[in-house]
Amino acid sequence: MIQADLNIILPEAVLSVYAMVALLVAAYTGKDALARALTWLTAALLVVLAAWIGLTGEGTNIAFHGMFHDDGFARFAKVAILLSAAAVLVMSRDYMARRDLLRFEYPILVALSVAGMMMMVSAGDLIALYMGLELQSLALYVVAALRRDSVKSTEAGLKYFVLGALSSGLLLYGASLVYGFAGTTGFEGIIVAAGEGHTAIGLLFGLVFVISGLAFKVSAVPFHMWTPDVYEGAPTPITAFFATAPKVAAMALLARVLHDAFGGVSGDWGQVIAVLSVLSMFLGAFAAIGQTNIKRLMAYSSIAHMGYALMGLAAGTVFGVQAMLIYMAIYVTMNVGTFAFIMSMERDGQPVTDIASLNMYAKQEPGRALAMLILMFSLAGVPPLVGFFGKFYVLRAAYEAGLAWLAVAGVVASVIGAFYYLRIVYYMYFGEEGEALETGQSPVLWGFLAASAAAMVIGVVNLFGIEGAAAAAAATLVN
Amino acid sequence: MTSIILFAPLVGAIIAGFGWRIIGDKGAQWLTTGLLFLSMLLSWIVFLGLDASVTQHISILRFIESGTLSADWAIRLDRLTAIMLIVVTTVSALVHLYSMGYMAHDENFSERESYRPRFFAYLSFFTFAMLMLVTSDNLVQMFFGWEGVGLASYLLIGFYYRKPSANAAAIKAFVVNRVGDFGFALGILALFFLTDSIRFDDVFAAAPELATTQLSFLWADWNAANLIAFLLFVGAMGKSAQLFLHTWLPDAMEGPTPVSALIHAATMVTAGVFLVCRMSPLMEYAPDAMNVVVFIGATTAFFAATVGLVQNDIKRVIAYSTCSQLGYMFVAAGVGVYSVAMFHLLTHAFFKAMLFLGAGSVIHGMHHEQDMRNYGGLRHKMPKTFWAMLIGTLAITGVGIPLTTIGFAGFLSKDAIIESAWAGTQGGYAFWMLVIAAAFTSFYSWRLMFMTFWGKPRGDKHTHEHAHESPMVMLVPLGVLALGAVFSGMVWYGSFFGDHAQVNRFFGIPEQHAAAAAGEGAEHGEEAATAEDAGHGDEAAAAGGDGHAADAAPAMAPQGAIYMGPDNHVMDDAHHSPAWVKVSPFIAMLGGLLVAYWFYIVNPALPRKLAENQRPLYLFLLNKWYFDELYDVIFVRPAKAIGRFLWRRGDGGVIDGALNGVAMGIVPFVTRLAGRAQSGYIFTYAFAMVIGIVVLVTWMTLIGGAE
Repeated sequence: MIQADLNIILPEAVLSVYAMVALLVAAYTGKDALARALTWLTAALLVVLAAWIGLTGEGTNIAFHGMFHDDGFARFAKVAILLSAAAVLVMSRDYMARRDLLRFEYPILVALSVAGMMMMVSAGDLIALYMGLELQSLALYVVAALRRDSVKSTEAGLKYFVLGALSSGLLLYGASLVYGFAGTTGFEGIIVAAGEGHTAIGLLFGLVFVISGLAFKVSAVPFHMWTPDVYEGAPTPITAFFATAPKVAAMALLARVLHDAFGGVSGDWGQVIAVLSVLSMFLGAFAAIGQTNIKRLMAYSSIAHMGYALMGLAAGTVFGVQAMLIYMAIYVTMNVGTFAFIMSMERDGQPVTDIASLNMYAKQEPGRALAMLILMFSLAGVPPLVGFFGKFYVLRAAYEAGLAWLAVAGVVASVIGAFYYLRIVYYMYFGEEGEALETGQSPVLWGFLAASAAAMVIGVVNLFGIEGAAAAAAATLVN
Repeated sequence: MTSIILFAPLVGAIIAGFGWRIIGDKGAQWLTTGLLFLSMLLSWIVFLGLDASVTQHISILRFIESGTLSADWAIRLDRLTAIMLIVVTTVSALVHLYSMGYMAHDENFSERESYRPRFFAYLSFFTFAMLMLVTSDNLVQMFFGWEGVGLASYLLIGFYYRKPSANAAAIKAFVVNRVGDFGFALGILALFFLTDSIRFDDVFAAAPELATTQLSFLWADWNAANLIAFLLFVGAMGKSAQLFLHTWLPDAMEGPTPVSALIHAATMVTAGVFLVCRMSPLMEYAPDAMNVVVFIGATTAFFAATVGLVQNDIKRVIAYSTCSQLGYMFVAAGVGVYSVAMFHLLTHAFFKAMLFLGAGSVIHGMHHEQDMRNYGGLRHKMPKTFWAMLIGTLAITGVGIPLTTIGFAGFLSKDAIIESAWAGTQGGYAFWMLVIAAAFTSFYSWRLMFMTFWGKPRGDKHTHEHAHESPMVMLVPLGVLALGAVFSGMVWYGSFFGDHAQVNRFFGIPEQHAAAAAGEGAEHGEEAATAEDAGHGDEAAAAGGDGHAADAAPAMAPQGAIYMGPDNHVMDDAHHSPAWVKVSPFIAMLGGLLVAYWFYIVNPALPRKLAENQRPLYLFLLNKWYFDELYDVIFVRPAKAIGRFLWRRGDGGVIDGALNGVAMGIVPFVTRLAGRAQSGYIFTYAFAMVIGIVVLVTWMTLIGGAE
C-alpha cells in the first residue's frame, strides 16, 4: 500500500530528497563554491522531472487515502511550474553571481519551494494543502530576503513573511471552519457536505477565508498589497521567480479547492471570485500607470493578469478552467521573457529599473527592443499575438457562463492597462535620448527573451497545442 | 463560350492594370483591345446562333451558401442577355480602339506618366462588370455587377484626378447612385424576405403570388409586387439618371470622352432599363409601379430635352440627350412593351456612342475645346467626322419615311415607343411629352450640328487653324457605329416590334401567351422581317388557335426572356394606332429641324434676342431647372451641417471629450489614489486584507442567507 503511494509521489519525493541531500552536502563541503554547479544541477533536475511528469504520467492516481491527487490537471500545472522555475534558475545564475548573491541555498530553496508547489497542486485534503502551501511560502520568504545586506530586500522579506503569516492564519481559520461544518478535511468529504441542498453558512464562511488565504498567494486585490513592495525589494531573478511558478501553483490550488471541494456551490464562490477578478484587473491597470520602476510596474501587471486568470475560474465551468490554464501558461511564458529583459537592464554594472532609462533603447539594441515590443504588445493583449488569445479564452469563458458584465469589464480594464505597456514601447522607440543602458548583455538572457517573443508570434498558429492539453487537464478537474 | 466573353475583359483588366510594367504601354492597349474584340466576335456568334426558346443557365461556381440563401455564380443566357452582350462588347471594343487614338496625348498628364494602361484597365474592368450585370442569374450577382459598374464609372469619371471638378463629379456620381442602390438593395431584400430566394426563376415564379401579398413597410401596408417593383425602379432611376436622380450624369462628362460614350451613353446608364425588362415577369403584376415608371420616364424625356436646348458644352448637350432618350426607354418598358425598350436601347447604343465618339473627335481635333460657341465651319476641316455626326443626328432625330419601316435606327425605335406610349396611355400625358421631347431632340441635335459644322469659325483663331481630322483608329469605330446607326433599326424592327409571333419567337416566349393577339400579326412589319427570322411568319397563324391557356397563373417561372401578361395588348394596340399618331414624331422632328435651321443658319442673331426677351425661362433652362441648387439647399447643406455638428460637437466634444476626460482626469486620479494606498506600512496592508475579508464574508452571508 505504502509502496503504491510512494510510486505516485515519486517525482515530489525525488525533488525533496535531492534538496535535502544537496543542502547537507553543500553545507559540509564547498558551500558557496558549489552554488554554480548546484544551480545547473537543480535546473536540469527540474527539466527532467517536467519531462517525466509530462510524458509518462497518465490517468488519475490517488495516494494516501485521497490526500494526494495525481491527475491531468495537476500534471499540467506541475509541468508549467517546473519549467518556469528551471528557466528562472538558468536566467538568474549570471545575474546572481555578478552581484555576489549566488549562495548555495538559493537553488536549494527554489527546489524546496517547487516541491511545495507540486504538493499544493496535487492536494486532495486541507492538511495536504496547508503543508504544500507552507513549504512553498517558507522557502519564498527566505529567498525574498536573500540579499541580507540590503535594507530593501530584507524589508521585502519581512513584509512578505508577516503578511504571509496573516494570510496563513486566515486560511487555517477557514480550514478549521470547514472541518467543523463538514466533519472532514478531505475534499471528497467536503464536496458531499457542501453539495446539494442547504449548505451550512459556516461552511461558506470557511470557504471565504480559504479563498482569502489563497488570494493572498495569487496577489488578488485586496490581498495584493505586498506584491509591489516585494517585487521591488527582492533581487530581480527572485522577482522573476515570484512572478511565475508560485502564481501558477496558487492559481491551480485555488481551482482545485473550488472545484474538488466546493464544486457544488460554484454559484456562491463564483461571485466572490468575480469580484476579486474585477478589482484585480482594474487596480492592476490603474496603479501601474503611476509607476516609474519597471519591477513595480510588473508587480501591478501581474496583479492585473491574475484578475484575468480569476475570470476564467469565476465562470465555474470546464471551459473556464481550461481558459485559466491556458492563460497561466501564456502568462508565465511572457513573464519569463520580460524578466529576462529586465535582468539585462544595467548601467555601469548596476541594475537599473527606471523605465525612463529605456529611452531610445531601440537605437542601441534593435533586436532586443523588437522582442520587448512583441512581449509588451502580447502582455497588453493586442491581437494577433498569443497574449490576445489568452485574454480571448477567459473572456469567452466568462461570457459563456453568463458573466457578460465581467467580460466587458475585462475588456475595459485591458484598454486602460494597454497604456503602460505601450508607454514602455514608446520610451524604447520614441523617447528622448538620455543616458544609455549597457549593451551586449548575457546571451542566455537574450536567448530567453528572443524565445519568449518568438513564441508569442509563432504560437498564434496553434498555441503549441496547449489548448488540447489544457482542455484535457480541465476535464479531469471538473466533472 | 459565354465564359470567355465574360472573363476575357477581366483578364485584360488584370494584366493591363497590374502587369503593364512588363508588357509595356502599347502592349496593355493592344491586349485589352484585342481581348475585347474577341469578346465581341463571340458575342455576335452567340447572339445570331441563340435558341431563344430555352433559357440556358451556365453555372460557373457556387457563389453564396448561407442558410436558405443560396446562389450560384451563373450565366443566364437568353435573348435579353444576348442583346446586351452584343451592345456591351461591340461598343466597348470600338471604344477601346478609339481610345488608342484619343488617349494618345493628354495634357492632364505629363509625357513620362503612364496613364494609358490604367485607363484601358479601367475600361476593361468596366466591361467585365457590365457583363456580370447583364449575364447574372440572380439578384445578388446582378447587384455585384451593378456596383462594379458604379465603381468603374467612379474611377473613370475621376480619371483626371488632378482636376478638382473631375473628382467632385466622380464623388457626385457615386453618391447619387448610392441613393438609387439603396432602393435596389431594399428591393432585393424584400424579394428575399418574401420568396426566400434571389434566383430569377424562383422570383418570377412567385410574382403572381406577390401581387396578392401585402407587405408592411415604413408606416403603411403596401402591395408587395408594387412596392418591390418600385424599389427596384428606384435603383434603375439612379443608374439610368432618371429625374430626381439625374444630376450626376451631366457632371460625369468630366471623364474622358470615350468613357462618356461607353459608360454614360451606351451601356451602364441603360442598366436600369435592362433591369426593368429583366424583371418584366414581376413588373407585369405591378401596375401602379409601372405607372410611376411611365410618368418618371416621360417627364425625364421632356425635362432633359428642354435643358439640352440651351447648353453650350457639346458633351453636355449629348449627355442631356442621353438622359432624355433613357426616359423614352422607360416609357416603353412602363407601358409593358419591353421589347421596344430593348429595341431603343440597342439602336440608341449605336447612334449615341457614335455621337459621343464624334464629339470626342471634334474635341480632339479642336485641342480639347468643348464650348460649341467656339466651333463653327468644321465641316471642311473634319469631313469624315462631319459625316459620322450627320448620320448620328439623322438617327437620333428619327429621320425616315413615315408609315413605312424604312429609316434610320432612331426613327424606327423611337416611333415604336411613341406609338406604344399612345396605346399604353390612351393618348395621355406620356405620349404628348414624348412628342414634344422629340421636337426638342431634333432642335438641339441640329443646333449642335449647325453650331459645330456650319457657319463661320468662332473662338480662338489659332485653334481653328490647327483643327485637324482624327487618326484612323478613331475614325474606324465611327464608321462601324454608323452602320449600326443606319441599319440596326431596319434589320431588327420585326424582331422587336413586329407582329406578336415574331417578337415571341425572338424572345423565346411560348406561343400561347401571344394567342390573344396572334391572329392579327400578319399585317404589320412583315416586310421588315430579316434573313435570320424570315420565313417563320406562318407559324404565328398556326399558333392562333391555342386559346387562352395562359390565363391560369403559372406555377413556375414564365418562359422567355421577357414576359407580357395575358391581357397586355399594348403592342398590338400600338400597331393599330391612327396614322396621325404614327406621323406625329416625324412632324415634330421636322419642326425642330426647321426652327434650328432658322435660328442658326438663316438668322444667327435670333437665339440671342430670344434669350434676352425670355431671360427667366432661358436661365431656368440653362441652370437645368435649378435641380443642383435645390439639392444643395435641401440635402447637401443640411447634410454638411449635420456632419459638421456631429464632428465638432459629437465626435470632438462628446466622444473625444469623454475619452480625454477619462484618460486625463479619472485615470490619473485613481492612479494617485492607488499609489497613496500603497503606503509601505505593513499595518495598512494588513488592514486592507482584513477589510477585504470582512466585506467578502458579509456579502457571502447576505447572499448565502438568501438561499
